[in-house]
Amino acid sequence: MSFVSQFKSLASEKTRDLRHRSVIRTALRSYEVVRDKRKAAFQSWESARQAAAETKWEAINHLDEHLVALTAKLEARGTKVHWASNGAQAREIISQILRDKKARSIIKSKAMTSEEIHLNHALEKEGYTVVESDLGEFIVQLRHEAPYHIVFPSMHLTRGEIKDLFQKELGDAPSDSPEDLTMVARRVMRQKYLTADVGFTGGNFAIAETGMISITENEGNARLTAALPKTMITLMGIEKVLPRFADLALFLPMLATAGAGQPMTCYNTMYSGPRQPGECDGPEEWHVVLLDNRRTELLANAEQRDSLHCIRCGACLNVCPIFRNVGGHTYGTTYSGPVGAVITPHLRGLQDWKHLSNASTLCGGCTEACPVKIDLHHHLLQNRRNASTSEPAFFEKLAYQTFAIVANEPAFWSLAKKIGWLTQPLQSLVKGTALDPAKAWTKTRELPPQPLESFKDWWKNRK
Amino acid sequence: MTVTLFIPCFIDALFPRAGISMVEILERLGHKVVCPNEIACCGQPPFNSGYWDEARTIAAPALEKLKDAETVVIGSGSCGAMIKKFYPELFKNTPQAELAKQVASRTWEFSDFLVSKLGVTDLGAKFPHKVTFHDGCHGLRELGIKTAPRALLGKVGGLEFVEMKEESCCGFGGTFAAKFPMISTAMGEVKCAAATETGADFIVSNDSSCLMHIQGLLSRQGSKLKTIHLAEVLNQK
Repeated sequence: MSFVSQFKSLASEKTRDLRHRSVIRTALRSYEVVRDKRKAAFQSWESARQAAAETKWEAINHLDEHLVALTAKLEARGTKVHWASNGAQAREIISQILRDKKARSIIKSKAMTSEEIHLNHALEKEGYTVVESDLGEFIVQLRHEAPYHIVFPSMHLTRGEIKDLFQKELGDAPSDSPEDLTMVARRVMRQKYLTADVGFTGGNFAIAETGMISITENEGNARLTAALPKTMITLMGIEKVLPRFADLALFLPMLATAGAGQPMTCYNTMYSGPRQPGECDGPEEWHVVLLDNRRTELLANAEQRDSLHCIRCGACLNVCPIFRNVGGHTYGTTYSGPVGAVITPHLRGLQDWKHLSNASTLCGGCTEACPVKIDLHHHLLQNRRNASTSEPAFFEKLAYQTFAIVANEPAFWSLAKKIGWLTQPLQSLVKGTALDPAKAWTKTRELPPQPLESFKDWWKNRK
Repeated sequence: MTVTLFIPCFIDALFPRAGISMVEILERLGHKVVCPNEIACCGQPPFNSGYWDEARTIAAPALEKLKDAETVVIGSGSCGAMIKKFYPELFKNTPQAELAKQVASRTWEFSDFLVSKLGVTDLGAKFPHKVTFHDGCHGLRELGIKTAPRALLGKVGGLEFVEMKEESCCGFGGTFAAKFPMISTAMGEVKCAAATETGADFIVSNDSSCLMHIQGLLSRQGSKLKTIHLAEVLNQK
């Protein structure tokens, strides 16, 4: 099945699922309430967005310099920095480290880049045990599912469903209270931390000035992942760089506010190297893998370069009426929602993924929500233009060419209206059936009755 | 002043009452209204589908017809956004680039024109019903129009105004409604539920296309809730 057929089929299923609609709507309405409260705590949210957009502009437009500076600082404290052009290279780099360390088990904290390169699947095929330590990721891993949302991986599940899952997979779940469920997950995970050979993390920001990777989390699992195993591997996209340490003063609260309506995420840790002489904890070795995977192609695209500003907060998903109705899994992409619809055609092919840009009313809610001011919905429009220009759909193009002829000639336009009026009774006879040319509309909606006298008729008769 | 009224294709063919109300209101305010017969459409359908050549085929002659217009008023936030925001983009690097910018700067969405340009909010209208307002996304986010329609409704005699709790797109989105009918319908259902929750008798909007979608769903559901264009409300005596 093509990607577009798969999308449409899953979208049909999800949009009919009223339980899904209600779960997501309730969750995101409460998100909106807390987010607005936190936004109001900024002296000026709009000025903060502007400042963040400018900082990211600087970071991305001088990415070459910042990455060199970052690498030099990281290496100066003994971190091994690796560069991966694509997913296959990144997986090979990571596999090689695991082989060198004779590792068997890996504990992971949340990293969307690892989803992007399908790391778990590859490592499991090579015989490694991989355990996700973020609670939401842990849950979807038990269900053999991809994360539903880039920030809230298991937001589509109710407590009852998680309880049933834990009972089935872990043989334990005394109740569906969040405390009980967390304790079950904790008991399982604590053992994994102690036995894991390697800890694997993502990264939220990379500070070029000081050579630090900043990791944001609410559960403390990333700290344990980074602190307990002897070897630590961090995988992150090259676009995550920020020029200065002080930039975090804006970006940490902004990420927390836009992403989850929190003033600050519970744990924000800056990692600057493996265990140094005289230090009592931390990994003995730290490998940072910087992933391109066609990000540099986006960098070369002046029109949509700002999509590399994305800090993966998920704010655009949260407000998107498409996301809310079709759900995260329907996209079939690592990055879903508006930002996923914008970047996936660049990362995985325009013609295969242009339907995500078409599946939008261009309402602009995403652009309004984006804390770093990515022009998301206009990029969807540009993707449509690029797709239609490079490979026009024959009948669609013909339809618009015909429409242009009719619209430009008043006599044709007038005739078209008359034909529309005359054929109304015929159309209503076949309404909603296979014979109805408007069935995509009339299956669920009524067409407006067309009056005999159009505005232009009225205007002409009046004079 | 002389107002060139741009009647979008939707209003012309399907909702003439909205256009007629705009003419009557503007004339009552003492303005001369002209309405070029040769303009049928702003070109938004092909533009939004990515067929920019075809969009220019429609938009270029429209632009020429509006060349000498002192003020252009358009009765739709969506078509207004097409002219004000997207014409300069569509005609970038073409001989009409400068003209597109000029026309964009002289074009007003109907409610914004009344409130921001003319400084009028009280049109002496009476509409003794409970109403809620739907912000069409293009008017709201491309043009930033939110307060003008509310200011106008605030002065309508007998009208009780109530906001919906949730601000969301109606799910129309032009050809999106036909390309992805399942998503479009679901979004419309969410919108209708939010409007119904207010207990209003009417959903008012400055965009007939959104109203066509909302009304299409309401009629199918057998709901008593009705939709009406803002200009029609403002023209009720």
